[in-house]
Amino acid sequence: MTSTVRIELPAHLRTLAGVGREVSVELEGTATLRAAVDALEARYPMLRGTIRDQVTHQRRPFLRFFACQEDLSHDSPDTPLPEAIVLGKEPLIVLGAIAGG
Amino acid sequence: MSSVRVLVGTRKGAFVLTADGKRKNWNVSGPHFGGWEMYHLKGSPVDPNRVYASQTSGWFGQLIQRSNDGGKTWQPMSNKFVYDGVPGTHQWYDGTPHPWEFKRVWHLEPSLTDPDTVYAGVEDGALFRSTDGAQSWQEMSGLRKHGTGPKWQPGAGGLCLHTILLDPENPSRIYIAISAAGAFRTDDGGETWKPINRGLHSQYIPDPNAEVGHCVHHIAMHPSRPNVLFMQKHWDVMRSDNGGDSWQEVSGNLPTDFGFAIDVHAHEPETLYVVPIKSDSEHYPIDGKLQVHRSRTGGNEWEAMTKGLPQQNCYVNVLRDAMSVDSLDDCGVYFGTTGGQVYCSADAGDSWNPIVRDLPAVLSVEVQTLR
Repeated sequence: MTSTVRIELPAHLRTLAGVGREVSVELEGTATLRAAVDALEARYPMLRGTIRDQVTHQRRPFLRFFACQEDLSHDSPDTPLPEAIVLGKEPLIVLGAIAGG
Repeated sequence: MSSVRVLVGTRKGAFVLTADGKRKNWNVSGPHFGGWEMYHLKGSPVDPNRVYASQTSGWFGQLIQRSNDGGKTWQPMSNKFVYDGVPGTHQWYDGTPHPWEFKRVWHLEPSLTDPDTVYAGVEDGALFRSTDGAQSWQEMSGLRKHGTGPKWQPGAGGLCLHTILLDPENPSRIYIAISAAGAFRTDDGGETWKPINRGLHSQYIPDPNAEVGHCVHHIAMHPSRPNVLFMQKHWDVMRSDNGGDSWQEVSGNLPTDFGFAIDVHAHEPETLYVVPIKSDSEHYPIDGKLQVHRSRTGGNEWEAMTKGLPQQNCYVNVLRDAMSVDSLDDCGVYFGTTGGQVYCSADAGDSWNPIVRDLPAVLSVEVQTLR
């Protein structure tokens, strides 16, 4: 099964990747958070290490994953994404914590 | 005609300041990487248009950028810094074991002979090297594994490897310094290392002869005399005439010997510059007067350089990598402040002028002399 997942990026990562607010990635098989970030990093290698650790794949502490008004940050990365995300109706949002000056 | 290019890293981006050899009229380019902390930028001595930059963020982690055109355009390079093997632990602030964790790159030191080789000093304290223009990084783990690593403890800024000095006469010799572990030297190209802290005294260490644990803030060397090192320690300005095997204090008549930055005149190996800072609890100049102190005697005898610098209500700091010199005939001296000023002296410190006044807090200043 192939799905097209929309991913919304925070401003600094848009600049880094040279993209607009949202990008789309094609996923094969079950659409999970891990598969989405894998595809994002494969398409935009400059984002490697900015969302999750390159070795442990731990989410960076000041970033969160939201979808359909739900916080997916603490879910297993292998949990299937919500249907609205898989169908492309809603974006998967990578959100930076509001902190700092 | 000669010109200079000043690479400035700030809390919110990088700036490139350029001028001809007179150093009066400046062009300011930036911010590059606006909003990101730019810890350090440095150009290759072999190919000055090859510039490496450390870009970091509490949100998005570490990036390494490379320019091949002197900072006009940039491309992201590898940011994969992985410790060699199982990294184990160093000490935390309370003395308990703490796992080694990569946080950021504090300092980038391009090779003296190969534009594709560059060293990176990182937090938590380790040294990495790239030999392919920053496309990949390998830890020089002989440093971290030489034996004292588990005793290293972070300074207030973190366990940062902030100083890398390459010996121009002996390619196998490298000096590095870590807060608050101390200074270390390799004589075999990085395979093995030894602490070089004999003669340093730090009040906060129970054992005054401790091999490690000294909060070295910065070390400077004149390329014509790589055995002579000058150190700004947490407190104390120190000198070594034997490649760090032993150190003597040369604070002399400084009004305070606390500080961060230290550098050496480009043509006078006995002329040094420091910026005295009031104390470790008050990181600003004494009495609101910003002064660079110059010694023409290799230390001990210092004179205050104040012309053109604010002499009232100035409470900025000058961080460890925020001072540099050019190598024009009249040696230029540069430093940046946490208040966002970058000052230039085109007469070896006698007088100063601000190049810019209102940048974000300056983290690093490096100067390239272009001929």
